[in-house]
Amino acid sequence: MSVQNLTTFDPFADEGDPLGDSQDVGSQADYIHIRIQQRNGRKTLTTLQGLPKQYDSKKILKAFKKEFACNGTLVDDEKMGQVIQLQGDQRAKISNFLTENGIEKSTIKVHGF
Amino acid sequence: MASEEPLFDPTLKKRKKKQVAFTEDPLGADADPTAPAPDTIDSTTLNGDAVDLGPTTAHEAMKEGADKKKEDDEFKAMFGDMKKKKKKKEIPLDFGNDSGTSTPTTTTAPPAEAPPAIIASDDLDFSDIKKKKKSSKKKAAFDLDAFEKELNEHKAKAAEDEEEEGVEPSTHLDHLDEAELGEDPFAQGEAPVGVEAGTEAWLKSDRDYTYQELLTRFYASLHAANPSLLSSSSQKRYTIAPPSIHREGNKKTIFANVTDICKKMHRQPEHVIQFLFSEMGTTGSVDGAGRLVIKGRFQQKQVENVLRRYIVEYVTCKTCKSPDTLLTKENRIFFMACESCGSRRSVNPIKSGFQAQVGKRSKNKTG
Repeated sequence: MSVQNLTTFDPFADEGDPLGDSQDVGSQADYIHIRIQQRNGRKTLTTLQGLPKQYDSKKILKAFKKEFACNGTLVDDEKMGQVIQLQGDQRAKISNFLTENGIEKSTIKVHGF
Repeated sequence: MASEEPLFDPTLKKRKKKQVAFTEDPLGADADPTAPAPDTIDSTTLNGDAVDLGPTTAHEAMKEGADKKKEDDEFKAMFGDMKKKKKKKEIPLDFGNDSGTSTPTTTTAPPAEAPPAIIASDDLDFSDIKKKKKSSKKKAAFDLDAFEKELNEHKAKAAEDEEEEGVEPSTHLDHLDEAELGEDPFAQGEAPVGVEAGTEAWLKSDRDYTYQELLTRFYASLHAANPSLLSSSSQKRYTIAPPSIHREGNKKTIFANVTDICKKMHRQPEHVIQFLFSEMGTTGSVDGAGRLVIKGRFQQKQVENVLRRYIVEYVTCKTCKSPDTLLTKENRIFFMACESCGSRRSVNPIKSGFQAQVGKRSKNKTG
């Protein structure tokens, strides 16, 4: 006979250890960050950081460049990993593009003004 | 009826004096101290009933309309009756008008008049009141009054409907006057229009009270008991002054009231500035006057957007949406504690992401 209330059950078992997966607490690894930077004059630069590993950033960059009609490059950063850099303010367009192609909107963070 | 009469006695006496003045001055009614101007206009036109009373005040306009209807009805109904009676009625009607003008304007009369108005929603009482006034004015025998009463009641049952319309506004006006005299105008002003009369009506009846009636009654009594509730409910919104943004030179922006805004939000300016810089992807410094100098061109709307995001992220409590929170740092992690609901949670550290190389490489130390 088993009393249901007395059985030990960990409700967070399937979640895994929240701190074990990532190196530092409260990391931004699970978010896709879209940022903007001002250049000289009216020019701006958009950076896309934290793209999940299963996506090929090279191909995505190619699609961005064709879709948004802008130039761009792939930057390797020691801390941030691969970062897509695009010319001009493409934040809204990137966000739309990613959500239309099956990325959760809640994982995308658009920064900037 | 008989029970109401003693209530009216003092006012009637007051009116007698005034009405004596009326009889002496049928045209001007200059004895009215409160509203001399409209009456003089009346005197110029001589038959002030129809035309000139209207524009003076809304109250009078209402009563006039009623009186006009009365007159019309009288003319319709009285074709069969005697002409003498016509005259008799027309004269009192004129006085009724005058008394009508006097009732809203004189401040002494309404408080005495109002309670009976609450008690009796019957219109006959008011018509009687008017007749009493008339009688007092004329100082005529009671027979005349009786005649008039009979005539009015018999002849114009159709006219009574109009009289209702004519009388009811007067009750409202009396209430309003009372409210003006009263201590808290909001509660009293609102209540009498529908509620007080309504309560009198349905409190005595045996039927089930409707939800709406009880609700209005509850709110009326609540607001009467503590009038402070009336205004405070809508002013809870969290507001801060908009950031004042100026341009310094061509490439720098000055955020002048950053310290004020930080004080208003109860946050350290360093924290706010750090967030601003990381969000806008730029750098800057605080000058001697406590203003923030930001590199790059930013408009007020843009800074406002970033500040709004900061407030959502680091100021408002996620549980109860209250902006009354404290931000403390413990072991390199920021915790936000809510003052109103007591919740405590960690907030995301401010991290500036990838910063692309902008400008000349030679100016950059690391590059």
